[in-house]
Amino acid sequence: MALPNKPLGELKAVKDPAVEEREVDILIVGGGMAACGSAFEIKKWAADKKILLVDKAAMERSGAVAQGLSAINTYVGENSPDDYVRMVRNDLMGIVREDLIFDLGCHVDDSVHLFEEWGLPIWKKSAEGKNLDGKKGQTMGTLKSGAKPVRTGKWQIMINGESYKRVVAEAAKKALGDDNILERVFIVKLLLDANVENQIAGAVGFSVRENKVYIIKCKTMMVACGGAVNIYQPRSVGEGKGRAWYPVWNSGSTYTLCMQVGAELSMMENRFTPARFKDGYGPVGAWFLLFKAKTLNGLGENFAASEAAKKELQRYAPYGTAAITPTCLRNHLMLFEMKEGRGPIIMDTVTALAELGKTMDKKELKHLESEAWEDFLDMTCGQANLWCAQNCEPEKKNSEVMPTEPYLLGSHSGCCGLWTSGPDFDWVPDAYKIKARNGKVYNRMTTVQGLFTSGDGVGCSGHKFSSGSHAEGRMAAKQMARYARDFADFKPALKQSAQELVDIAYKPVRTFLEFCNYTTAVDINPNYLKPNGMMYRLMKATHEYGAGTATFYMTSSKCLEVVMDLLATMREDCQKLAAGDLHELMRAWEIQHRIWTVEAHLRHIQFRKETRYPGFYYQADYPGQDDTNWFCFTNSKYDFVNDKWECFKRDYIKIIP
Amino acid sequence: MPSFVIQEKCDGCKGGDKTACMYICPNDLMVLDPNAMKAYNQEPDQCWECFSCVKICPTQAIEVRGYADFVPLGSSIMPMMGTEDVMWTCKFRNGLIKRFKFPIRTTPEGAANAYDSLQGKDLDSELLSTEEADGYTLPKPQATV
Repeated sequence: MALPNKPLGELKAVKDPAVEEREVDILIVGGGMAACGSAFEIKKWAADKKILLVDKAAMERSGAVAQGLSAINTYVGENSPDDYVRMVRNDLMGIVREDLIFDLGCHVDDSVHLFEEWGLPIWKKSAEGKNLDGKKGQTMGTLKSGAKPVRTGKWQIMINGESYKRVVAEAAKKALGDDNILERVFIVKLLLDANVENQIAGAVGFSVRENKVYIIKCKTMMVACGGAVNIYQPRSVGEGKGRAWYPVWNSGSTYTLCMQVGAELSMMENRFTPARFKDGYGPVGAWFLLFKAKTLNGLGENFAASEAAKKELQRYAPYGTAAITPTCLRNHLMLFEMKEGRGPIIMDTVTALAELGKTMDKKELKHLESEAWEDFLDMTCGQANLWCAQNCEPEKKNSEVMPTEPYLLGSHSGCCGLWTSGPDFDWVPDAYKIKARNGKVYNRMTTVQGLFTSGDGVGCSGHKFSSGSHAEGRMAAKQMARYARDFADFKPALKQSAQELVDIAYKPVRTFLEFCNYTTAVDINPNYLKPNGMMYRLMKATHEYGAGTATFYMTSSKCLEVVMDLLATMREDCQKLAAGDLHELMRAWEIQHRIWTVEAHLRHIQFRKETRYPGFYYQADYPGQDDTNWFCFTNSKYDFVNDKWECFKRDYIKIIP
Repeated sequence: MPSFVIQEKCDGCKGGDKTACMYICPNDLMVLDPNAMKAYNQEPDQCWECFSCVKICPTQAIEVRGYADFVPLGSSIMPMMGTEDVMWTCKFRNGLIKRFKFPIRTTPEGAANAYDSLQGKDLDSELLSTEEADGYTLPKPQATV
């Protein structure tokens, strides 16, 4: 018997934390690729300004690139930004912000060139056209000086990226300076200005290392905390829950923080359910593109090349009939096989490697094997271990492929996020420009003045990946510098007192301490709910009603009604979340961020009365695409004064022919 | 594949300023039990198996065991970090061992050029600092609708 109950974590939370108040000009929330881009760029434009970056983890290994990557998926190189727009537009079924994509395509290579200069090994083509790894490839010179990368597709280049994030974070931290960085501090709410309407003024968060609340005032801010993971019941529900495809720590904070202060969201119905190696979630891109492998159904048929598949894709012309089939439609074909009882889907690694082996000598074959393993070891170590545990050598044994649980993101093959301003060029439609109260346009600013985002945060413009997110963080940084200069006289003032903010941030701790001695088991108490329990409740609801894997990603108007009720109750019960230690306090806030993000996702699905992304989700009452009524952006805004959501359409404007 | 700490090898980073695994874990999972002076993974089902703790541990005290719900026992993969390369040892359940060496960076640690002295000139253009310094011209759409 353990009375009195004790918190489980090592870093116990106390009722009254210390409070540290700061005032800066520019605040960067996040520490991933986008925030590292901002950190690198910002002082070049705002040397005289006070800047602070706040990351909930350690920048050296935070964000989606923490583990490393085996490729950079966006390097424009010899291609044009115009073609980059066309590729993204087709993959995302036509409705994208072409201004944002084109703009990103103009800057992304500069970031890649910096990565290489900083020490990221990038594969090169030798004079004979052979592949050289990033170390040997140095003899060919740099990409910037004209060396040829190893392309696996039109846009991707191969790297030795185990230390990708460490290299990028090193430059970011050096550029910004350690004194201007707070690690292990989790921002939980953004704060609007008390005097200027719809102007960002600061943020509140807490340390996960000591009992301290941070209240930070700023003139302008960028929020880039990645996408949302662990929002749907994953296919693995035990320990394997952690093996999410996207980083398991991405808690939707980007969307929730911004929407709660009234920033407009766009295309939140869009999601990504990548088809990956089953359970280990290892990447398949290199297998398709570099090794030219095919996927087979359970009968051994190359189903994607069948007449039936071609016919099905024609239903989704022009996207389905384009040279490269959109990601969602590739899933759609796979799901069709599975539902017809022709699963499981198998990646035919054996044939692919045998075919490649025909033209290779022994040394080259050995290198090929090494490349296949590196693809996993650089970015999904667990998949490599799964192969080892299954005695799977890819040249001898095929592996299963499976579409994952849903993820929300704006930088990979998805496009949900904030509605932001495009650049102030004459070719950009006015409807895509957001002006501040001085009449000026600020690129990547949300509809809240002074509040910027990038990476997963910018909606309607996927396929940025790691390099594009970094470049976008730099673009946003320059705009924040402009904003801080233009509004140098603005003095942020908060609506809430420091004590009120502490009470909000530490509410789960207070709840825990008040009631924890009522029962003999610390997690079971009628007066509160632990974040872990709430996480399971969210996952169950989305899984069953919100187009999760339980229903092959199918939902309906009725199901959406049900899940909306469940979410409303969850939001109420979140008032009784309890946290006994600092780690648990972080989890208590993360689950709240997740719930809000999911609500936005499902409200958008409810609003868009069509199935725009078959393979990612299906609205059973509105199957198929309805271009007449829905060839537009779906946006939403949360009205925090009246606790009401508003969903509405915004026009899609085609820019690039 | 949750990380685990080998009791005999962990020295709690000798009570230094920061415990290496606790410093690096992107999901705040690794913690130090200050009485035992040993680290442990406090929430194994939230472990992304990113190997950040394995790679940073100064005493090689951290390894990973495959997720109980789908990974058979008996295999292991272990990285050995160098300054320029990582060496992986992949042990199969059937005893087969494969070793791979991959480059990790081409510059010495700490050498990344932060362009500290670079100051942008035109804050109202859309050029990034290094693009401006290079004299880069922003492309415009080749054609518009």
